[in-house]
Amino acid sequence: MNGARSMLAVALVLASMFANARPAVAERLIASLSNHRVMITSNYTGVELVLFGTIERDAAGPARYGPYDIVATVTGPRESVRTRRKQRVLGIWVNTESRTFIDPPSYLAVLASHPLDAITTVDNEKRLKLGIRNTAFPELIHNDIGEVSNDPFRTALVRLMRERGLYTEEPNAVTFLTPTLFRAAIWLPAQVPIGTYDVDVKLFADGSLITRSDSAFEIVKVGFEQFVVNAAREHALLYGLATAMMAMLTGWIASVAFRRD
Amino acid sequence: MQIYLPIADIPVNVFLVLAMGLAVGFISGMFGIGGGFLMTPLLIFIGVQPAVAVASVTTHVAASSFSGAIAYWRRNALDGTLAITLLAGGVLGSVAGVALFTWLRALDQLDLVIGLSYVTLLGAVGVLMVAESVRAIMRSRRGKPADLRRPGSHIWFHGLPLKLRFKRSKVYVSAIPVVAIGFLIGFVGAIMGVGGGFLLVPMLIYLVRVPTVTVVGTSMVLTFLTMTWTTVLHAVTNHLVDAVLALILMVGGVIGAQFGAHAGQRIRGERLRLLLGLLVLSVGLRFALQLVLRPEDLYSIRVIGGGP
Repeated sequence: MNGARSMLAVALVLASMFANARPAVAERLIASLSNHRVMITSNYTGVELVLFGTIERDAAGPARYGPYDIVATVTGPRESVRTRRKQRVLGIWVNTESRTFIDPPSYLAVLASHPLDAITTVDNEKRLKLGIRNTAFPELIHNDIGEVSNDPFRTALVRLMRERGLYTEEPNAVTFLTPTLFRAAIWLPAQVPIGTYDVDVKLFADGSLITRSDSAFEIVKVGFEQFVVNAAREHALLYGLATAMMAMLTGWIASVAFRRD
Repeated sequence: MQIYLPIADIPVNVFLVLAMGLAVGFISGMFGIGGGFLMTPLLIFIGVQPAVAVASVTTHVAASSFSGAIAYWRRNALDGTLAITLLAGGVLGSVAGVALFTWLRALDQLDLVIGLSYVTLLGAVGVLMVAESVRAIMRSRRGKPADLRRPGSHIWFHGLPLKLRFKRSKVYVSAIPVVAIGFLIGFVGAIMGVGGGFLLVPMLIYLVRVPTVTVVGTSMVLTFLTMTWTTVLHAVTNHLVDAVLALILMVGGVIGAQFGAHAGQRIRGERLRLLLGLLVLSVGLRFALQLVLRPEDLYSIRVIGGGP
């Protein structure tokens, strides 16, 4: 036990030495969230989390000419989605064509301190998959998975997710309180799915990525909500019977309460 | 006051849903129908997914028809034999309906079929009811006595075998058409989230020639039994019954139904049928417009499965 602990200590020391040895990283990014566990209870109508952080600057690092910029990307659990398009068939509108997207994020928020184009170059945005525009949306094409960039179905998926408030891109959501202290609000609307959400914070200066910091939070259903969902999924028959009994009980109570003879 | 619905996954205003339950309950009490055909579209309108709306309204209809059935049973105004014969078909019908429902959902065509069924059924029933009641009103205006002869006094299926005697209703007919009607009601109910009372009552009156005394009570019993069964089926196959939503709806529904029943007794029969016919027709028309008019958004999305 002791041996293992000292091994770990040595490893940590070595790791920190290597970290310090990397010359380009003169800044350390420390970010945290106001809450790492969002609970969905019966009065849940959405919640706002606060991301805050600070940049620790090493005096020995290279000089920076411009101000710091932050791009925070919040990615929700991934679920496959089908986008369908309606077409007029015999006078009525019918879903005729559809595309299946493999595991796009169910929630995506890109919060930045400036418009992305002002923070870094277009090439960097593409390379770092920055912003909704550069996010990968692999789709199913005849049992194969590929990326179709100009697909109208993909555009429609992004647009519909934006309309539901599940995808957002806000160029001025991150505010710097001091040149090194920043905060941003992450709005989670009511219809966000439960699961683990990744928060990836990237620090930019003079147009290039300096460092990044990863954290996460989870959204869970608790108490009664959790109980109902579990019952409906795991004990479907019992749940069905219980619901039917509830209906009978309500009906019976009504007939007794309003009896007029 | 907002409440988060665990299965529908959206927050709704409790008072809004309660008010919808009351309003639909009022109408259902007034006309002696389940009200599912009004409730399902209303829920879809406030943002509940059509599949969850259909499955949860089924539970709501079970509750309101149960309280109705008890009231008719106390007055001895229902035919148990007839209800059980209908139920035999109804159980099979709802199994077929739920299976089709699941299949259509996988094909992305569920919303279309729900829409089309509403247009066809509500349109047809609405037109028939309006025409029949207008004729009845005109006749009474002219001062002639109401036509007491039941229409369709002898149709082909009255010659079918397996004849059964339904004592309480004083009819003697083959079990085959009765089971078939039950099947149709169960099938339609599972797909549309309706009890089918608005279909069953005219069918029993015009086809099986069940007297008005027992027809509504019997229809309520059948509605209650098929809807309870369909609730369980929907819960087991699609996991889409939202018990919280169903509870709010049924509390509003049963209270509204009591006031509706009072109001219904003060209106003359043919006027009541005309009103109901117009109501049925307008809901059908609303669905027809939705199918025919170019939708605001041609695209829609549906989550089909969790990630890793």
